[in-house]
Parts: sequence; structure tokens; C-alpha cells
Amino acid sequence: MKLKKILPQAITLLVVVIIFGFFSLNAQINMANRGIDFGYGFLTQESSFDVQFSLIEYSGSDSYARAYLVGLLNTLLVSILGIILCTVIGVVIGIARLSPNFLIRTTAAWYVEFFRNIPLLLQIFFWYYAALRALPLPQEAEPMLGYFFLTIKGFYTPSLVWMNLDIFIYSIIAAIVSIIFIRIHGKKLRENEGKHIPVLNISITILFILPLLTFFFGGVEVGYETPVLKQLAKTSFIFDGGLSIPPELLSLVIALSLYTATFIAECVRAGIQGVGKGQREAAASIGLNRKQVLNLIIMPQALRIIIPPTTNQYLNLTKNSSLAAAIAYPDLVLVFAGTALMQTGKAIEIVSITMLTYLTLSLSISLLMNWYNAKIAIVEK
Amino acid sequence: MFKHMKKVFSLIAIASLVFVAACDQMAGNKQQKKGASKTVDATKKAGFVKCGVSQGLPGFSNADASGNWTGVDVDVCRAVAAAVLGDANKVKYTPLSAKERFTALTSGEIDVLSRNTTWTLSRDADIGLTFVGVNFYDGQGFMVRKDSGINSVDDFSDGISACTNIGTTTELNMRDFFNSRNISYEPVAFEKADEVVAAYDAGRCDTYTTDKSGLAAQRTKMANPDDHMVLPETISKEPLGPVVRQGDSVWEDIVRWSLNAMIEAEEYGITSANADSMKSSDNPAVKRLVGAEGELGAAFGLDNEWSLRIIKQVGNYGESYKRNIADTGILPDRGPNELWTKGGILYVPPAR
Repeated sequence: MKLKKILPQAITLLVVVIIFGFFSLNAQINMANRGIDFGYGFLTQESSFDVQFSLIEYSGSDSYARAYLVGLLNTLLVSILGIILCTVIGVVIGIARLSPNFLIRTTAAWYVEFFRNIPLLLQIFFWYYAALRALPLPQEAEPMLGYFFLTIKGFYTPSLVWMNLDIFIYSIIAAIVSIIFIRIHGKKLRENEGKHIPVLNISITILFILPLLTFFFGGVEVGYETPVLKQLAKTSFIFDGGLSIPPELLSLVIALSLYTATFIAECVRAGIQGVGKGQREAAASIGLNRKQVLNLIIMPQALRIIIPPTTNQYLNLTKNSSLAAAIAYPDLVLVFAGTALMQTGKAIEIVSITMLTYLTLSLSISLLMNWYNAKIAIVEK
Repeated sequence: MFKHMKKVFSLIAIASLVFVAACDQMAGNKQQKKGASKTVDATKKAGFVKCGVSQGLPGFSNADASGNWTGVDVDVCRAVAAAVLGDANKVKYTPLSAKERFTALTSGEIDVLSRNTTWTLSRDADIGLTFVGVNFYDGQGFMVRKDSGINSVDDFSDGISACTNIGTTTELNMRDFFNSRNISYEPVAFEKADEVVAAYDAGRCDTYTTDKSGLAAQRTKMANPDDHMVLPETISKEPLGPVVRQGDSVWEDIVRWSLNAMIEAEEYGITSANADSMKSSDNPAVKRLVGAEGELGAAFGLDNEWSLRIIKQVGNYGESYKRNIADTGILPDRGPNELWTKGGILYVPPAR
């Protein structure tokens, strides 16, 4: 009888192995027939193309491996910004959909129905091409708050210029480490001796005081640089200095987060509505006020419903960020699976690396979210 | 129990059979009869030439509203179809982005890539491709707005933004150019040509760079073509030509000589209109080209009128250029794409 249990599984495994074997053999034979050689050696070769926007130092004389890193970091940047922004918008809209105020409730509902029913690529095109055209040229841009300029060539903001930035960063790390110790100590005191110390206030104070001290004793200085209009040719201008955010990044983040926020809003609404009415009434009946009811009774239970579907939306956003290629934002797909693939012709190698990268990204996000989900799950006592 | 085992074993048997059969078939692919061409056989069987073209570049390969493709690149495909299948219209066009084109060819989705593709060493030697010739001598240039005050590449300065396509030699040439002049620039690279044009037209970039023929063609698509101009400088050599897969030399020869026949026909003054009457010409070279003398087609398994069909149905190179590029106002001046006898650099080996 044991055989009967194991055999079907063994056969499934065999079939899977055969299918994979078949495809890799097929690819191998066909590539050999067509004179294409296989290998990852190209990664160390000089890439010889430039990338518009990079978080790390990069030029065309660096290797393809570094070009890959540039693309990956750009994908991460747009994903992280998108996830933060869509969560904020999503929670606000989700709660607004349950508002007793008719206007707020209806507006939120319209928002959700409008943005989630238009294909994402179309929205990206809208934010890039339609919105971009409406922006002024650099020389015609009016400053916002004095130093911010939103132009067709990008969003220019003042940037901070640091002296001894490393000392400042170390001080923040030191502050965080000491806060962790204080929390542990505070918990011990509370559990062993029943004493309460104001952990939160102490933490905030440390987080401010320690970095602040480095300005007086650590030689840390901070200045700022503002964007200045610079003429390239008679009618061609840019802003020089400060920080410039390319319009491609802006429109991609806006489109991705507005789109994904609609789904998160629905998750939030479902979560809050999923908590029984009786819970609220019971909480009120033992004398908790409105804020306490929301924070102590409703939210902990709602979060358990909200987190798993929200994880899906985070994964979607990350994968959807690959639509960046359409509007020239140099993400992993455009830089690596685009230009690098074209220059080297290593289709199988590059596509496999890219697929593996997205798989790793998605698995990391879902691991993180599953951990958080497990942490907030109700512990049976 | 036994009944169960029987099922299991038959499953294993079927799976291994499929596997063995598949391996067998793939091993079969490897061997090829000498003198025969797998691609020609497949093309004759399908009844059309599988040709990869651009997603829309006026003058080279562009589809009109009813889906008819025209252009000098398209004419190469039509010539091959006329030579192999006897009818220039028996072509199946696959529009490809710059990124997709080589994979489409090496994977067998298309058999000829005729898509303004630059012949370079690494492409020819590296990725399982063979370039068969040049049907347009091009060079990379820059387009700017007329009112920008930029009149030559010497007017470029640090911080200039340049829109272009990804996956092309353009991206590499642009870097070489700006680096050699020590100018810092912002490359804005899109996947499709239409997107590049839209972004440049919107004012996202100061300049748009690609092959000069491409610039001239795309300019016609802008909102106000007269507001833009192409700078006089050419920063690279871009010999554009049709490409085939490596490993089928008969097919390679057919495509190469279909193109050469068009150019040679122009050299000898044979046009679509006078091709039939040229059969009685006194010049043996002309007679060979219209199939009245010699056995040229037999060399690659075609009949003797293959080149006559090309000339009659597609026309010679000069006719193709005039129809697609000159008369459409893209590049009225043939420049280097004139015959070697008339001051250009078009020179093909003799068809004999």
C-alpha cells in the first residue's frame, strides 16, 4: 500500500523532469544548429551604453553586470516608492468609502471604479505623454515654494550638500541600537517590577538629540543647493544643480500607485467591514472610547483580513513596474532585458536572469508580508 | 493493485516514447542534404516568404491604412518572393521592434530580416546571423528644433538631453560621440520609434538622434515638420541591409542575389517597363540578367527567369528608391546610394 502512495508522486516528478529535460535539450540543440553559444561570460564585458538615470555611479565603460545592478535598483526604487504611495492613498480611500459623509463616500467610490477599470499601460501613457505635454519648458516654469520647478524635462528640487555625512549616518544607527536596548529594558521593568517608563518619549528624544549632537561635535555640516536655470542654446534650457527627478520616474510612480491604490482601498474596506458589528458594540459597552475601539478592537482584526490580499497588490505593482520600458524609465526590463539583450544577443541568458530576479523580488516581498501577517495573527491563549 | 500498476506503467511508457520521438526529431533537424535548402523548401510549402520589417518607417517599411506594405526594405522581401515563388505579393510581413528582430530571425519566426538593420562585426559574427548586402548606406545624425539656435553639433553643450531608441547601434554611437567631445548628456531611450517621436515632439528632449534616413522619415510624422531640421554632421557609418539566419547558404545566396539583381538591373538600364524587350539585347550581361542567356538560376535551384520576375514585378533599385524615398520627399537626393558609375558607392559583384 505504501507503493500506491509514493508512485503517483514519483511519476509526477518524473514527468516534470522529462518536460524540463525536453525543453532544455530542445533549446540546446536548436542553439547549436544556429551557431548561438550559451554562457554568462558577457556579464563582465564592457556594456558601452549609457543610462539616463542611475542610483549608483555608472557609465558605459562599466560591465553588463553593473548595468544589471543599475536596472535592478531603478526597479526597486519605483516599486518601493509605488508601494508606499499606494498604501497611503489606498488606506485613505478605503476608509473614505465607509465614511458617513455622502460626498466623501461617493467620490471615493468613483475614484476606485474609474482608475481600476482603465488598463494600466494606458494610464502610464496618459501620465507621461498627456500630462508631460501640459508642463512648461524649463525657461517658462514658475517656481513653486521658491525653489521647486516642475518642467517638461523633470522635477527640480533643492538638494542637501553634506559634510561628513558618514558620521551623521553612524549617529542615527547608534540611536536606533540604543532605542532597541531601552525598549528591551523597559519591557523587562514592566514585566518584572511593574514599573512603566515612557519608552516612546525617550526613543524620540534619542533619535533627535544624538544626530543633532554630531552637528556641534562631529564636524557635520549641511548646506543646500538650489536648481539654477542654465542656457544650452537659444531656446534650450535646463536647471543645473540641486536634485532632478526625471519625468519618466514621476509618471510611472503616479500611474502605478493611483492604479494599485484602488485595489488596496477595496482590501481595506473589506477588512473593516469584515469585523463583526457585535465587536464594535461589545467594545463600546465595556466603556472604550471611539479611538480605542478602532485601535484596539477593529484594526487588529481587520488587518488579518487586509494583509494577504494587499500582499498580492504589492507583488502586482512590482511586476507592473516593468511597463516602464514604454516610457523610457530605465528599469531592469529596459536596461537589461532591453538594451543589454540587444547588444549581446544573449536572449536565453538575459531573460533567465531577469525572470529569476523578478521571482526573487516577489518571493522576498511575500516572505516579508507573511512574516508580518503571522505577527499580527491572533494568538490563541 | 495490478490494475493500478498497469496504468502506471503505460503512462511511463508513453512519456518515454514521446521523449525519444522528440529527441529523434530534433537530431533529424541537424542533418541537412547538401545543395538543398530547408528554408527554400519551407517557403515553397508555405507559399509565402516570412519577412521581418519595421513597425513603421516611411520609405523603408511602412503599412498604409489598408495594410499594404511599401518601402525599399519591403521591396527586398518582394524580390525574394518573386524569385522563389514567382509572385512578389506572396510575402507575410511581421512588424518587429529593434529589440525583437534578431530573436525573431534566429528562432525561425521569420526567414529574412529586412528592417533598416546596421551591418556590424559583432552582429555578423556573434549572434547566428549573416548579413547579405547593403540596400541603403546611412549614417547617424541629429534632429533639432529650428528655433533652438543649434546649427551644428558644435553647439551642443553639457546637460543636453537626447531621445533615441533602445537596442540599436544608435545608443552606442551616441555615447562614443558625446564622450569623444567630453559633453555630459541625458540619454532618454524608448522601445518604439513612435514613442521617441512623441516625446521629442513634446519637448522632452533637445535633440532626436537616429539614422539620418530615419530622421528624415520621422520628421514627416511630427506635428509641424517644418519646425525641425536635421543637422549636417554624420557621426557614424550605418550600412543597412537584409539579414538571414546562419547555416543555410543557399537561402543566403538567394536573398543576396535578389538584392544584387535589382542594383545590377539599374546599372544596365533594365526597368520593370522594358525588361521583356531587353531579352533581345546585344549585351550578354543584360541577357543573362533577364534570363535569355546562361543558367544563373540553377546555381541556387531556381529557374532561369528568377531575376526577370524581380525586375518586372518589383523594378530595379533606382525605381524602388524613387518610388519609396525620393518621390515621398524623404530624401530626394540619393547621395551615397547612387550607382558607382554615377558618383555613389552602390557597387555589386557581377551576376554571371
